[in-house]
Amino acid sequence: MTPTDIAAPDYFHKVVDCQWACPAHTPVPEYIRLIAAGRYSDAYMINWRSNVFPGILGRTCDRPCEPACRRVRVEEEAVAICRLKRVAADYKDDIKGRLPKPAAVKNGKRVALVGAGPASLTVARDLAPLGYTCVVFDGDTRAGGMMRTQIPKFRLPDSVIDEETGYVLDLGVEFRSGSRVDSMKALLAEGFDAVVVGCGAPRGRDLDIPGRREAADNIHIGIEWLASVSFNHVERIGRRVIVLGGGNTAMDCCRSARRLGGEDVKVVVRSGFEEMKASPWEKEDAAREGIPIHNFLVPKEFTHAGGKLTGVTFEKVKAEYDAKGRRKLVPAGEPDVHFECDDVLVAVGQENAFPWIERDTGIAFDAHGMPVIDKVTLQSTNPKVFFAGDAAFGPKNIIWAVAHGHEAAVSIDKWLHNEDVAHRPQPAVTLVSQKMGIHEWSYKNEVMPDERYAVPHRDNAAALADIAAEVELGFDAKLALAEAGRCLNCDVQTVFSAPLCIECDACVDVCPMDCITFTQDGEEADLRQRLRAPATNLAQDLYVADGLKTGRVMAKDEDVCLHCGLCAERCPTGAWDMNKFYLEVAQAGPACR
Amino acid sequence: MTYLAKPKFHHPSLPKNAIGFTRRDYEASTSTLCAGCGHDSISAAIIEACFELAIEPHRVAKISGIGCSSKTPDYFLGASHGFNSVHGRMPSVLTGANLANRDLIYLGVSGDGDSASIGLGQFAHSMRRGVNMTYIVENNGVYGLTKGQFSATADRGSKSKKGVVNTDNAIDLVAMALQLGASFVARSFSGDKGQLVPIIKAAIEHGGAALIDVISPCIAFNNHPGSTKSLDYVRAHNEAVNRLDVLLGREPITVDYAPGEVVSVTQHDGSVLRLRKLNDDYDPRDRLAAMDFLQQQAAEGQIVTGLLFIDPDAEDLHANLNTVRAPLNQLGDAALCPGSAALDKINASLR
Ligand SMILES: Cc1cc2nc3c(=O)[nH]c(=O)nc-3n(C[C@H](O)[C@H](O)[C@H](O)COP(=O)(O)OP(=O)(O)OC[C@H]3O[C@@H](n4cnc5c(N)ncnc54)[C@H](O)[C@@H]3O)c2cc1C
Ligand SMILES: Cc1ncc(C[n+]2csc(CCOP(=O)(O)OP(=O)(O)O)c2C)c(N)n1
Ligand code: SF4
Ligand code: SF4
Ligand code: SF4
Ligand SMILES: [Mg+2]
Repeated sequence: MTPTDIAAPDYFHKVVDCQWACPAHTPVPEYIRLIAAGRYSDAYMINWRSNVFPGILGRTCDRPCEPACRRVRVEEEAVAICRLKRVAADYKDDIKGRLPKPAAVKNGKRVALVGAGPASLTVARDLAPLGYTCVVFDGDTRAGGMMRTQIPKFRLPDSVIDEETGYVLDLGVEFRSGSRVDSMKALLAEGFDAVVVGCGAPRGRDLDIPGRREAADNIHIGIEWLASVSFNHVERIGRRVIVLGGGNTAMDCCRSARRLGGEDVKVVVRSGFEEMKASPWEKEDAAREGIPIHNFLVPKEFTHAGGKLTGVTFEKVKAEYDAKGRRKLVPAGEPDVHFECDDVLVAVGQENAFPWIERDTGIAFDAHGMPVIDKVTLQSTNPKVFFAGDAAFGPKNIIWAVAHGHEAAVSIDKWLHNEDVAHRPQPAVTLVSQKMGIHEWSYKNEVMPDERYAVPHRDNAAALADIAAEVELGFDAKLALAEAGRCLNCDVQTVFSAPLCIECDACVDVCPMDCITFTQDGEEADLRQRLRAPATNLAQDLYVADGLKTGRVMAKDEDVCLHCGLCAERCPTGAWDMNKFYLEVAQAGPACR
Repeated sequence: MTYLAKPKFHHPSLPKNAIGFTRRDYEASTSTLCAGCGHDSISAAIIEACFELAIEPHRVAKISGIGCSSKTPDYFLGASHGFNSVHGRMPSVLTGANLANRDLIYLGVSGDGDSASIGLGQFAHSMRRGVNMTYIVENNGVYGLTKGQFSATADRGSKSKKGVVNTDNAIDLVAMALQLGASFVARSFSGDKGQLVPIIKAAIEHGGAALIDVISPCIAFNNHPGSTKSLDYVRAHNEAVNRLDVLLGREPITVDYAPGEVVSVTQHDGSVLRLRKLNDDYDPRDRLAAMDFLQQQAAEGQIVTGLLFIDPDAEDLHANLNTVRAPLNQLGDAALCPGSAALDKINASLR
């Protein structure tokens, strides 16, 4: 098999499972170590550079890093990466002095950003300090986009949004609040050098079944209702509430309803409980607040009497799987179910809408009404116009909006410097030995089984009494230290040097996870079978090195390596060493050009 | 040496043996030997062999002398019995223990200094008496623990780390064991577990005196170019006569062998040893030919490894002495101390 090129940034990046899985590639283990060391401000700044909204994300991130975490593979539950991010935000000192300053000299280029959500704000944060004039437009009066209008305050307090959107706007960004853009044509006519479309996916799907029109007064579209709650336009809901839908919006709807007078709130989903789109932790939070979830029920009709909603009738279905394993919901053949209620919240999906973009502005749209854009550069068919966040590829989440924002900023910076936007910058990478002495390493390498620590919650009664009371209280310093200790330091890499190896087998014998094998070379599929422990997780690479005296190869399965460093500690010649791999994605600025 | 304890985590696919133990259950405290020491590899091989044989750890007694090698029983089979005895005295302590309780599996762990220098007499007598044991010499050609003086197995003409030439002739413990009547004699190399593990398994299953001389490079004092016990030297001069596979009980024979004649040897306990010949002329059942071949190869500077001799029908010391079957700790006072009438009877028979 071809020997591994460890100089290629992707190789070790992939080993840092969390960083690889994070859309913004936040250097997770580095900030976790800083938290363990009590250096909260430093931890915050690493996050701020990568993901712009550490305090917001530390409470709300979809956390794709956690299912990827190595602890899942060697123990069971991931490190609480997301909630540790919040710790950095909660306990940091005043970091304003560490933020970039507004550009002293402008570079003469003007960028319009439509929408003040995380996507646009990330672009502005990256470009404003470089001298770009950034003008952010939003129909709302306050910045934040759906982070502000959709995510309930009991999950994300306004103060956190104010603080972190403030850091961006304070970089000399012009925020035209309360000014909706009604025409792309008109905007382009204002002579901006580039336009970023970060208007999100603002339309909630409706449910067109009998009774919808007749009972309309008590049937609400979930995201519109949440926005009204957020703006304090809605302060009550009926006693009995049914939430239709199984995604995160449904979870926010039901939990909000519980706080606005809903005593008997239930969620009803078409699918099975397991296949629901909501994150497991959101389902847990709903369950904790006494909200039952009824599954395999398809809404058939809104029942009403005298122009008033009385309930919803559901057809019972069951899941059937075809030969290809695809699921189909078919009638279960059981009698329909009827639930009585006073109000219904419809949370069955979200759509894009671009009514303000004229179709003759050079921006092509596909058959589904989505803009035609380059997946990497985010440039539309009008080279001045870039899409980011939910507007680009449909509703996703905050961290993806941030990742898009960074990429769009790079594209704009290159474009306005007459460079090929398709030529993407390489990340900045360092690899440094962590050996401090014969038995001293610069990181805590004692690895122990240790179950995930739970984040303390506000008492249920108090939480339900006040819709603005944050439910999660966050880790205290002691819990944070314990949880940070669960991190396996996957960025401290095992680096092998064949010329130094005397093939004494010490590393093979000591490795607790049977990662290392010295054997005859072969094709990857064959080699994977011949290792000390078969390497069946194909998502994880083999590290292969040749050049050994016996003509064999060293093959290390990265899958369940604990980064404990025992191999390096036991190696008599230093052929193994533990090196810290630090990768920062290139951002807009001279480095990307 | 390492200060880190081995984490409790293990690979998700780590297999269990017939009695529900994983390989990790046969480990013990963290080794304090030098990083890269061949002895640690031998400990790993013993762990692997005991795991594969599904031995209950409490059925094993590990007995050793003094030396880095003799320290190793602390680093494997943590749940077994052990006696770290006096320099060169492992064989007599083991013989005594074996006579008192023949139901245990005896692992004698020693070094070349322990066995070929101070303990040479003890070594010889345990071999000629046919004590049922697995006697492992972790042979590095030096006294590792006392900082690398030549031992009695160092080859004449080989050089110390400082460049001093050894002028004494070497003792070959394999040759001695063959001459002294050991019924299982093997040589192997710490750097080749594929060869070593089955040999240890076969020796444990063997019902007589089994010697395994394992060349085990001392990384600190004897792994330099002038040494004949270095990793490089042994790899370059290793003349393996056969490859071994051990089958227990009624296990089906499924192993695929590369070309070479296969000889099956059934031991007393029913275990089947399948030997694939690497050298067609070598027959491990012929003691005299083995001695001859060994001398010839040694003269040519080659190190012969593999299962060199086996007498599958060997009898041990207990059979020779016609001792009582039960371990002494299971006999009652009356049997252990039959009284003066019995003594008078014995004395009378000797008059
Ligand atoms: C109920 C709910 C809960 C959610 N919870 C989470 C969560 O916990 N974690 C998570 O990661 N994600 C969550 N999301 C998703 C997340 O909010 C979005 O993916 C993210 O905010 C998208 O960011 P964006 O910058 O693309 O656009 P948005 O945040 O949607 O911002 C778009 C902004 O553009 C403005 N705008 C639109 N059109 C115009 C126009 N023509 N002129 C001017 N301004 C305009 C809008 O007013 C809005 O402020 C949730 C979404 C919903 C609906
Ligand atoms: C009676 C006695 N004499 C001498 C010593 C000193 N001594 C300790 S270990 C050792 C040699 C050990 O050599 P070897 O058996 O080859 O073990 P190694 O350390 O090489 O594995 C000697 C001479 C001793 N401990 N006891
Ligand atoms: S153990 Fe730590 S470094 Fe490894 S994937 Fe999990 S959070 Fe990241
Ligand atoms: S760091 Fe080394 S010893 Fe530890 S698990 Fe990884 S390969 Fe094995
Ligand atoms: S001195 Fe030699 S024999 Fe002793 S532990 Fe070190 S390497 Fe092994
Ligand atoms: Mg020795």
